[in-house]
Amino acid sequence: MNLELFLVQLLNGVSYGLLLFMLAAGLTLIFSMMGVLNFAHTSFYMVGAYLAYQLSVWIGFWPALVLAPLLVGVLGALVEQWGLRRVHKWGHVPELLFTFGLSYIVFELVQVTWGRAPVPYEVPSGLDGPVGWLQAAGITFPLYRLFMMGVAVLMLGALWLLLRRTRIGLVIQAALTHPEMVEALGHNVPRVFMLVFGAGCALAGLAGVIGGNAFVTEPGMAGAVGAIVFVVIVFGGLGSLTGAFIASLLLGLVDAFGKTSSGSLAGLLTQAGFELTPQTFGYQVLAMTVAQVAPVLPYLLLVLILILRPRGLMGTREN
Amino acid sequence: MRRVARAWVLAVAAAAAAGTAVAQSKGAATAAAPSAQTVKIAYLDPLSGPFAAVGQNILKHFQVAAEIVTARQLAGAGIKFEIVPFDSKGSPQEALTLLRAIADQGIHYVAQGQGSHVAIPLSEAIARNNERSPRQSIVLLNYAAIDPDLTNSKCNFWHFSFDANTEMKMEALTDYMRGRTEIKNVYLLNQNYSHGQQTARFAKELLARKRPDVKIVGEDLVPLGQVRDFSPYIAKIRASGADTVITGNWGTDLQLFVRAARDAGLTANIYTYYAGVVGTPTAMGAAGADRVRQVSYWHPNIENNPAEPIYVDFKKRFNEEWTVLASYNSLAILAEAIRRAGSAEPLKVAHTMSGMKMNGLMGEIEMRATDHQLQQPLYISTFTKAGGLVKYDAEKTGFGFRTEKVIPTYVASTPTSCNMQRPAKP
Repeated sequence: MNLELFLVQLLNGVSYGLLLFMLAAGLTLIFSMMGVLNFAHTSFYMVGAYLAYQLSVWIGFWPALVLAPLLVGVLGALVEQWGLRRVHKWGHVPELLFTFGLSYIVFELVQVTWGRAPVPYEVPSGLDGPVGWLQAAGITFPLYRLFMMGVAVLMLGALWLLLRRTRIGLVIQAALTHPEMVEALGHNVPRVFMLVFGAGCALAGLAGVIGGNAFVTEPGMAGAVGAIVFVVIVFGGLGSLTGAFIASLLLGLVDAFGKTSSGSLAGLLTQAGFELTPQTFGYQVLAMTVAQVAPVLPYLLLVLILILRPRGLMGTREN
Repeated sequence: MRRVARAWVLAVAAAAAAGTAVAQSKGAATAAAPSAQTVKIAYLDPLSGPFAAVGQNILKHFQVAAEIVTARQLAGAGIKFEIVPFDSKGSPQEALTLLRAIADQGIHYVAQGQGSHVAIPLSEAIARNNERSPRQSIVLLNYAAIDPDLTNSKCNFWHFSFDANTEMKMEALTDYMRGRTEIKNVYLLNQNYSHGQQTARFAKELLARKRPDVKIVGEDLVPLGQVRDFSPYIAKIRASGADTVITGNWGTDLQLFVRAARDAGLTANIYTYYAGVVGTPTAMGAAGADRVRQVSYWHPNIENNPAEPIYVDFKKRFNEEWTVLASYNSLAILAEAIRRAGSAEPLKVAHTMSGMKMNGLMGEIEMRATDHQLQQPLYISTFTKAGGLVKYDAEKTGFGFRTEKVIPTYVASTPTSCNMQRPAKP
């Protein structure tokens, strides 16, 4: 692999990883706060993309970039207040089922509103085309993906500052581990929950806004990223933001380099001095290239980490 | 009242489109015409789930085709065609379960097309069913599943294929590529399942025969419908120096690929099977302009296009594209066979359809007797800015298809290894 291709794949992997992180951040935040795996999380991602499409038709992309995540956040907060909070008292399983059902409802509503076919949500013309200075260095990389990376990094910074450096962050962190004590100190813990849920959904919405036009905005988009986002947060350790960050970057890179690697077990064994022929037992499996199994690699990693380190990379919970 | 008016408009449109069959049907009305009856056709394809958009769109195609057949009395006086939808969810298992229900309801005709992974087991199940319970015999009208196995090693008497199969389309595509000297390095990107693998296989075989100077510089098989980010593949294709990509991808696998190609500044031309399928023009938009080519049996901008009135009416009525000519062809051939056989009894109809020649909407078509593969001309077209020859843009994108080359029936026709077991004529 030449240097140029390597750099492009590196950028591809990092930018995809950062998009995954934007999705996973909200999910893991909600989980660490409320102990609920939000199955409808990627539905909010989809709603973000569709709202951004609709708003960009009406008022342009840039206002949509701000407004759509806010709207999704409000939607999330409403769902928490009027739905999730009501089933909360019955325990985690009903909460899980609630979000599961919600994902179906959102799916159908999106189809009823915008139809089953993709909508023409395009990258704004200002961000279209390759990055100039990279192009000069011989690397063709879309400007929009750079923008995607920028937004993700900004979001990461803002989130970190909010949680670590502000009073709200302090209350949120305290409410994570000692909700009764925080309540006793006069803070409205349910409202904190609502805010966190809303903020988590807004992050998913933001990912939708910038992911929707980078990829395709269609009703299947939520389901398509659903599994991989769960891999990210389990791999990173449930509830750990840092873990999710590392895991998403790792999976992004595995995705980019895996898809383009032509190495195989057979090649490795031949180099090690074994003689392999198509008649060798299991040759077809051995001869499969990394590129062919690349889509399975994230799940393979998931299984491995669950065996070797069940709490994930940075997770704190043993169960 | 509106329904009546609509049926009337359709009838007139279709009559204007292809006038020849009318005279024939008059002659047949005197032959043993089956009395007034309804022929039910089960539409067995995904109506929910990730592939619902296409399934719902094609269901409308079939309903319109049934209306035309009924209004124009193509199957004989008083014979009504009715479409009964069944949701296969794109799953072979679901399709086989529903097949039971279809047989139990006394429906003898099934239209299916989305996915050879469904069509192959379905075709086998139908053959078994017909052997065990001849009274519940079912004829499979396959309008889009194009794995060549269906009309070769796995062919059977009850299966009729109305689309051109992977091999035929590749034959047409490579015939066009033969004259394109700018093609030097080809990359194959396909989905990792029967159709995608067959596309890659035939691309290699036929290019080696027709353009031995062309190099295959790379090949990838992507998992069906699971890849979100195609940019790593694009980087790989760029690095390979390919000037042409051949892909049998469809749905999001094609849409995401074309968009990623544009974003990453890939200048290679993309030769596709399915650029015209519902939703794909929208998702491609300007990203596909002038670089996406398609091989198909129809597109809206064919010159002297007798199917144009149906297309226009469909667009007006549903605000969706009409592209699946096979929906019309399959019902028109079925109707003609019922008329000629003088009966809607499946065994008689299947025997009549086998080897039948007729004047289709777009010219002479033949349901080849040896393998039940419809023989028809194919078109190579480019996705380009509307205007001039591009009379109709696809899905209001401002871009539409322009014919590059017409591939006559005899070129696109491929030999078959089918050894068909034919039940005795009744």
